[in-house]
Amino acid sequence: MAVISRGFEGRRTPPDPRIPPGQYLTEDFPVLSAGPTPQIETSDWALDITDVDGSRTALSWHQLMDLPSEQFTVDIHCVTKWTKLGTVWRGVPVETLLGGTQSDAEYALIHSYGGYTTNLPIDDLVLGDAWVVFEYDGAALAPTHGGPARLLVPHLYLWKSAKWINGIELRRHDQPGFWESLGYHAYGDPWREQRYEGD
Amino acid sequence: MEQSHEFAVDGNAVAGPLSEIFAFDVTSVQVNCNHCGATNPFAEEIAYVGGPGTVLRCADCASVVGRFVKTPDSVWLDLSGSASWRIGTSQ
Amino acid sequence: MKATDDAQHRGPATIPWLRAELLEGRMETRTARSLVFDVPGWAGHHAGQHVDVKLTSEDGYSAQRSYSIASASASGQLELTVQVVSHGELSPYLVEVMSPGDELELRGPIGGWFRWTEEFTEPVLLVGGGSGIVPLMAILRERIRTGSTAPVHFICVARTPDHVFYTNELHSVDQSHADVLVDRLYTRSGLADDARAAGRLNLHDLPPPSSGDTGITRAYVCGPTGFVESAADLLLGRGHPPTAIRTERFGPTGG
Repeated sequence: MAVISRGFEGRRTPPDPRIPPGQYLTEDFPVLSAGPTPQIETSDWALDITDVDGSRTALSWHQLMDLPSEQFTVDIHCVTKWTKLGTVWRGVPVETLLGGTQSDAEYALIHSYGGYTTNLPIDDLVLGDAWVVFEYDGAALAPTHGGPARLLVPHLYLWKSAKWINGIELRRHDQPGFWESLGYHAYGDPWREQRYEGD
Repeated sequence: MEQSHEFAVDGNAVAGPLSEIFAFDVTSVQVNCNHCGATNPFAEEIAYVGGPGTVLRCADCASVVGRFVKTPDSVWLDLSGSASWRIGTSQ
Repeated sequence: MKATDDAQHRGPATIPWLRAELLEGRMETRTARSLVFDVPGWAGHHAGQHVDVKLTSEDGYSAQRSYSIASASASGQLELTVQVVSHGELSPYLVEVMSPGDELELRGPIGGWFRWTEEFTEPVLLVGGGSGIVPLMAILRERIRTGSTAPVHFICVARTPDHVFYTNELHSVDQSHADVLVDRLYTRSGLADDARAAGRLNLHDLPPPSSGDTGITRAYVCGPTGFVESAADLLLGRGHPPTAIRTERFGPTGG
């Protein structure tokens, strides 16, 4: 039986329909990473999009900036249990980025500078709730939070929102990414608390 | 590409959780990196903790030498980034 | 590879959680506190090692963090020194709430690499930044407790004199032990009569490798990650061999 520490309250969060099960509210923005912060100049930045037929296009920063972007506000949920409400971003919807591809892809594997990967079903990228973002809270996205650009998919746990995105690999078959291959859930819906494989 | 490890700790910080699955003290293990061939004590390797799992990186080249995840019913290990671990048997 | 966390497969070496009761707390600075715990079943430790501390609330929420042991080895008792970290999980409770009689759980000692015992007789160099001086203080206290004659040079780096832990004890040890030298270096602002201008640790602050018989100084460096990396680089630049340097990084806040 655990020893109770008198007066220790932990991170008690009042019930709130905006907070998924098992999460607590945070006011700060924790920086969690699997590796060192890459320092990428926008002049060197490129986003490689590869399709199931092997075709490849590379988007430069200049080209990204030329695409229509939008400012939007969303809640974000990390599998380590913190939730941050009302975060403001600016980015390009992924469906706009992928507009040029003719594809029978069912899945995508996202690649980042530094080697991180994560996988998603294609619908979760193209049906409106996913962006490649480059501004947070009205300013250029800081490297520690994934800048110059990161993926943002707020309806899934934040490990799917790959920082330092540099590639979208469209695939017919699902390929587990960095955490999905080591015990984490393939999909990661915070509202069904899909943290681990088998949840 | 410059590397900044300011948010990292080191292998010392991972020793407690790993004591639940290893019968030896991990901090003195000599880890040989699969990528660059350097050998460093586990304690001196760079560790990224606090996220979904722990990532241990070679102190010389920053390649991943180990990954650890603790779920409610399991511990997952990926040591494919380590060419070898040398575990001292006389303490 | 997947190992199941099944009690049958857990070896005898698994470190058990022990109940610890706070005996006494005393503030080292405005935001750091030393806590002395009574820990039945604690068999002692090597200086430099740490413990995992676990707090559990009444509704079952629990959180865990590692803290370096500050005291010399003793059975049944140990001391931690905790720095408050903003938005910290445990440190606000440990520094601002926990009172004598309150309990927590801890397990250890952990870490066989970053440790000092009296069997190491060569000169010791301790370089600590901020709360990194905690395990190094354990080394100094253990050196004194055991009557070891290993020369110790202890370099404490802090923002201002108000940020240094164990001030009185460090002063008294420095005065009363011929082979112990304590340097307090300030990065932001120091004392009026300081010979050294306040600033980051630099090459001139560090001694060369020992010129004694062994020629090797055993160096321990601890503190925030950035501090440890730059201090270790400076030591290498000063001629200390890499094999003589042991490091422990506390992360960005160093708490």
